Amino acid sequence: MIATHLPVLQVAVPLIAAPVCVLLRRGDYAWVFTTVVCWGLLAIAALLLDQVMSGGTISYRLGGWAPPIGIEYRLDGVNAFVLLIIAGTAALMMPYARQSVEQEVRPERRHLFYAIFLLALTGLLGITATGDAFNIYVFLEISSLASYVLIAQGRRRRALTASYQYLIVGTIGASLILIGIGFLYAKTGTLNIADLAVRVPALGETPAVLAAFAFITVGVLIKLALFPFHVWLPNAYAYAPSMVSAFLAATATKVGAYMLLRFVFTVFGVHFAFETLPLTEILLALSLIAVLAGSLVAVFQSDLKRLLAFSSVGQIGYLGVGIGLASVTGVTGALVHVFNHALMKGGLFLAAGTIAYRLGATDLSALHGLGRRMPFTMAAVVIGGLGLVGVPITSGFVSKWYLVQAAFEEGLWPVALFVLAGSLIALAYVGRVVEAAYFRPAPPDAEPVGEAPWAMQLSTWALIGGSVYFGLHTDLTVVIAERAATVLLAGAP
Amino acid sequence: MTEHLVLRVVSKLLIPPILLFALYVQMHGDYGPGGGFQAGVIFAAGLILYGLVYGTEAVRSVAPPRLLVVLACLGVLLYAGVGVASMIGGGGFLEYGALSADATHGNHVGIIIIEIGVGVAVAAVMTIIFTVLAEWR
Repeated sequence: MIATHLPVLQVAVPLIAAPVCVLLRRGDYAWVFTTVVCWGLLAIAALLLDQVMSGGTISYRLGGWAPPIGIEYRLDGVNAFVLLIIAGTAALMMPYARQSVEQEVRPERRHLFYAIFLLALTGLLGITATGDAFNIYVFLEISSLASYVLIAQGRRRRALTASYQYLIVGTIGASLILIGIGFLYAKTGTLNIADLAVRVPALGETPAVLAAFAFITVGVLIKLALFPFHVWLPNAYAYAPSMVSAFLAATATKVGAYMLLRFVFTVFGVHFAFETLPLTEILLALSLIAVLAGSLVAVFQSDLKRLLAFSSVGQIGYLGVGIGLASVTGVTGALVHVFNHALMKGGLFLAAGTIAYRLGATDLSALHGLGRRMPFTMAAVVIGGLGLVGVPITSGFVSKWYLVQAAFEEGLWPVALFVLAGSLIALAYVGRVVEAAYFRPAPPDAEPVGEAPWAMQLSTWALIGGSVYFGLHTDLTVVIAERAATVLLAGAP
Repeated sequence: MTEHLVLRVVSKLLIPPILLFALYVQMHGDYGPGGGFQAGVIFAAGLILYGLVYGTEAVRSVAPPRLLVVLACLGVLLYAGVGVASMIGGGGFLEYGALSADATHGNHVGIIIIEIGVGVAVAAVMTIIFTVLAEWR
């Protein structure tokens, strides 16, 4: 019986858990409770993905009201996959959270931190699970407001300005999405995505649909942080608490990519977006600039967390390339990269967080000689970094393989060249970290530091190990992503 | 504000009707304009007026911050609890009809309870926002 309620439980459980966390009043109780909830969510997400893969699309009516009038939670191969990514990274990061949060967040705020974390999780899971356009906006606001609060908890005062900057930019993005949804609602009288998918293409190229498309696409690109809308991202990721940087890097932009896929492919349709309008050219141009510029700027960063943040700007470019190519291979590549990048960047930010936990800083100059002093953590950084470069046997290779293949299929070999050039630049910035940690001697007056606590290592290695595992065993991710891509390109469900 | 006699007297006269009106809006939400959110805001407005005239310390003694936080959480849990209860009753999440053997009766009960949850949560959060901002140094 409970199996039929899984789609709503995926979103309702963290929503209910958040106020319970506040009532627990103690950070350690809240941590235990949040951990249990996150693993429960992962179990739900896995069951849902299994149901979708074996039985096809699941539709759940909220409050018993039938769609398209009532709110529907609609799960197909695409969002069930993204749900698994979000719930999975959250669950894997929980062992890490306890010590990291104890160091970075004031005691009287710890239980509130977990409550806000659960709300952010609610928002992200909600955006992904819902089949209602306005519901997407509501959950987007829930997740965004929660993320602003989480980022502002950073130890340095610059976290406040970073959070404020994200608040302004994020609110503009969400408002644009809302205006776009408003246009669609005015024209079609429906907010249900499956219903919109039937009605919007029938409207043709009316000014209202064009305006809706423009507003929604730009709004989502801001949330996705694709160049030139990435300005909020580096500061937000660099100054947030370690746990938050890792969680947002692994999930928030991925949900942005999901929204782009859902609106462009399902609601507006491939024909409208890519044949009537030149979305391919626009996305490819922006994405390739993102790949090159983001990675180049990363090379010149002096702080590990900022370096990783700019690398994220570049990696988001790869997602844009895959989506822009609008072929089954391209979208498969993008979806696989969503998964792989969540593992790699999540793991790397966790590793950066353990360095901050021990050293109190993540400057590259503070990393000198760290290869000897924190061997496990630095090994994780190196493996994760090789994944960003796209070295074979890491999962980064798999996603880039599909992207390059998709570019060749379309005869766009310059795109493939740009993707490979991005990898070379990634080698440069990963090389700088390796050089600092392994080839520079520790300063003689350096205080002795030990390896990070095992719980923090566990989370870091779970994500980094996952990125290697899914680089070797590609069948799981690629099969799911390929099916999802086929569903998306087929258009209206 | 000890010297503003007119303000003190007028606000003392106004606050009870404001709180009463909030309860009216809360209960009337089923049949006419109103509902939990509006009622919560009106109720909080009564407390905020009290705070503006008599100081935030006075509000603290009426509604201690810890109590407000608990109430805000309980409001949300009441709302979500109705959703869970309707699932246990054999319906979908927030399908109020499943709360009772008679679907119409279930709808009435469900809506009244969730609106009370909304009202409590909104009133508590509004008051918290006021006291936090008013005491900001």
